[in-house]
Amino acid sequence: MTMATGTNGTATNGGSHGVVGTRTIRPDGVDKVTGRARFGADYNLAGQLVGRVLRSPHPHARIVSIDTSRAEALPGVKAVITRDDFGDQPSEFIPAGEMMMNYKDVVRNVMAREKALYEGHAVAAVAATSVAIAKQALKLIEVKYEVLPHVIDVVEAMRPDAPLLHDDLFTVGVEPKPEKPSNVAKKVEIVQGDIEAGFAKADVIIEREFKTAPVHQGYIEPHAALGTVSEDGTAELWTTTQGHYIVRAHCARLLGLDMGKLRVTATEIGGGFGGKTVVYLEPLALALSRKAKRPVKMVMSREEVFKASGPTSGATVRVKLGSTKSGHFVAAYAELKYQAGAFQGSPVQPGVFCAFAPYDIENVKVTGYDVVSNRPKVAAYRAPGAPISEFAVESVVDELAKKLRLDPIDLRMQNAAREGVKAAYGPKFGPVGLEETLNAIKKTEHWSTPLQEWQGRGVASGFWFNIGGETSVSLTVNEDGTISLMAGTPDIGGLRASLTAVVADELGVPYDKVRPIIGDTGSLGFNFLTGGSRSAFSGSMAIVEAAKQIKADLCARAAKLWECKPEQVEFSGGYVKPLGALGDKAKPMSIADFAKASGKTGGPIGGVGRINAQGAGPSFGTHLVDLEVDPETGRVTILRYTVAQDAGKALHPSYVEGQYQGGAVQGIGWALNEEYIYGADGKLQNAGFLDYRMPVASDVPMIDAIVVEVANPKHPYGVRGVGETPIIPPLGAIANAMEQATGIRFTELPMSPPRVLKALKEKGVPTKV
Amino acid sequence: MARVMLVGNLAQLTGGVAEFNLSATSVKQIFAQLAELHPGIERHLQEGVAVAIDGTIYQDALLEPIRPDSEVYILPAIAGG
Repeated sequence: MTMATGTNGTATNGGSHGVVGTRTIRPDGVDKVTGRARFGADYNLAGQLVGRVLRSPHPHARIVSIDTSRAEALPGVKAVITRDDFGDQPSEFIPAGEMMMNYKDVVRNVMAREKALYEGHAVAAVAATSVAIAKQALKLIEVKYEVLPHVIDVVEAMRPDAPLLHDDLFTVGVEPKPEKPSNVAKKVEIVQGDIEAGFAKADVIIEREFKTAPVHQGYIEPHAALGTVSEDGTAELWTTTQGHYIVRAHCARLLGLDMGKLRVTATEIGGGFGGKTVVYLEPLALALSRKAKRPVKMVMSREEVFKASGPTSGATVRVKLGSTKSGHFVAAYAELKYQAGAFQGSPVQPGVFCAFAPYDIENVKVTGYDVVSNRPKVAAYRAPGAPISEFAVESVVDELAKKLRLDPIDLRMQNAAREGVKAAYGPKFGPVGLEETLNAIKKTEHWSTPLQEWQGRGVASGFWFNIGGETSVSLTVNEDGTISLMAGTPDIGGLRASLTAVVADELGVPYDKVRPIIGDTGSLGFNFLTGGSRSAFSGSMAIVEAAKQIKADLCARAAKLWECKPEQVEFSGGYVKPLGALGDKAKPMSIADFAKASGKTGGPIGGVGRINAQGAGPSFGTHLVDLEVDPETGRVTILRYTVAQDAGKALHPSYVEGQYQGGAVQGIGWALNEEYIYGADGKLQNAGFLDYRMPVASDVPMIDAIVVEVANPKHPYGVRGVGETPIIPPLGAIANAMEQATGIRFTELPMSPPRVLKALKEKGVPTKV
Repeated sequence: MARVMLVGNLAQLTGGVAEFNLSATSVKQIFAQLAELHPGIERHLQEGVAVAIDGTIYQDALLEPIRPDSEVYILPAIAGG
């Protein structure tokens, strides 16, 4: 369902075929359903070796020594690498996913140096001629550890007497600069207005503390990499990643390679959600290959994915919100403590920015702490940081609505961010669609359907910035007039279909005459990764630029052929057309007409778009959920779910709806079941899908999706990114529905059956278990 | 003069001053003028910040024009998952 508001874009002088906004067949669909599509683990090279990683069994230990001699002597072992195979890196921050990452930490995360900082931390790796030999070799590597006390919980890690992970980590953002190191890497803060004066005006103040568990992105495809380094120093890498240019940069840096000598191909990707924006196996495969002088293929097991690749943060969040009796928010405060994992760089900064972003509040203060502990380093996960802080805020908003006896949608509408409102993080919003999503939800039949006993209904909204960034695409007109489209951002959520539609409309050619591919790092200029809900937004802007070049070139060729002035021709509807009197002697020429004789009019026809896309429009969404609690077991069943979100303009509505549905389902998992469970020994106890319970198709109903379209004026088609916002509201919406169903305000995630049952028992509800 | 505001921790690098009126015509000029006033902020501006100009967020956009009446917020870089 699509609801358009404002002016949405159409093709820029291409003569719209009206492909944008329709539900075209995905270009990669047949390959996906027939098994032809090649994912990370599907690539092989002649003579390749099997790479395996030895991982720390301890959550925190000093590495006294590593003896690889017995492993190296094992027949069939071709290379063994340790910390000694990677030069140390200076402390230097670089962009990685949602955060800045320090190369000093990157090199230590891919291979432990002084200490192992979490269970599963890579300590050594081998390349061998078979899996069996590789596994045997790992057993022959002797690592002497000095086991150290560990700390898992974020609050415990902040204590002055907590085991210290890094003796050179001093809290940034506090004055005066601390004299002693700690596990608190950074304090960040935003302040707007005067919160003390604001709370003094409040008739009602709600203050609560919330706790969320670390959750994994849960991509179905494990990390996989195939690397080969030639004797001449050139190298190739195939890997499942959200950004092969970023992989190239990281690997070149860690291995001392020239970027131009390393060609990286992004394979088809079985989900990333932010978790494939960093490197794990890639530098190891290349280092092993360089040593073994043969290709090396590495694939993580699911257990390795859980233990050694980034989940997102768990956190503790305190929220205080003040309102007048009439429901006008007058002051807001939040304190966020986010786990970063073993190295600094949690998404606490965006968590701080997003916490109160959906609301127009004069007085706001949000403080955040980035805290290291003995867990795997966190990686980005859809709208990194935002679901956590907005869950807490949306829960408090709901509680406030109940206390004020106001409709929760009306209360949100009364305080909603809209055009001209100053966001809590600074700038004023341009045109945004929060009110439209609230209205859309309120108009649904879902909103007014009666509920029964032990059923509850919850609503919550969410905000994410979205980004643009560096993007390159190329369009090549083939000899028969078909178009080859090359993009450099891996297609995770429908990029090829969306961009193909834009090409079709821009050039006025049929959708099925455009063939999209994702190029490798040697084929296109730099592309930032697929993340930040940017790939369709930025890619479509780059295509408009590339198409402009083609149209200008064709018009120039036509003017020469027709011996007229350039202003006497125009491109529209897929044709170069003569204007005015020229129309009597010249016939319009299609792209195919030019393609047939391109050599006779100047050579091959094509265009390249190289841009740093700016003007990303924020996306707001509102979710509505019905659920039922089984009071005897604590099990929660999602009965019905509706998402309304502003897409600006849906290039491909089915994919946009798919993003909404996927985000909602991941949010449902985050809210109800998913969590990293650690034992007292600091070891992860549920590193597999049987014990780490993610929602499957039978766990959720069909998610109804309403595509609201409030055009982004900075994009030629009005597009906003859509991939991240939909994971934000489910946590709050479900907690709010749980409150209605049980009368209990759940402040800790996940609301799993044991936790629900415990709360019901404490309330005096008879239970079976 | 463009009104330039520093968001979050950046004001710690300018002695707590979070608001400036600068006669800059581009983001590059804003950065240069801030660095001249407060050298400690230069490295952070170079490492990567986002700039919101009249409500639109730009990243790595040194050449983006600034109008005399522009309202500019400088905030930590934003990415995503």
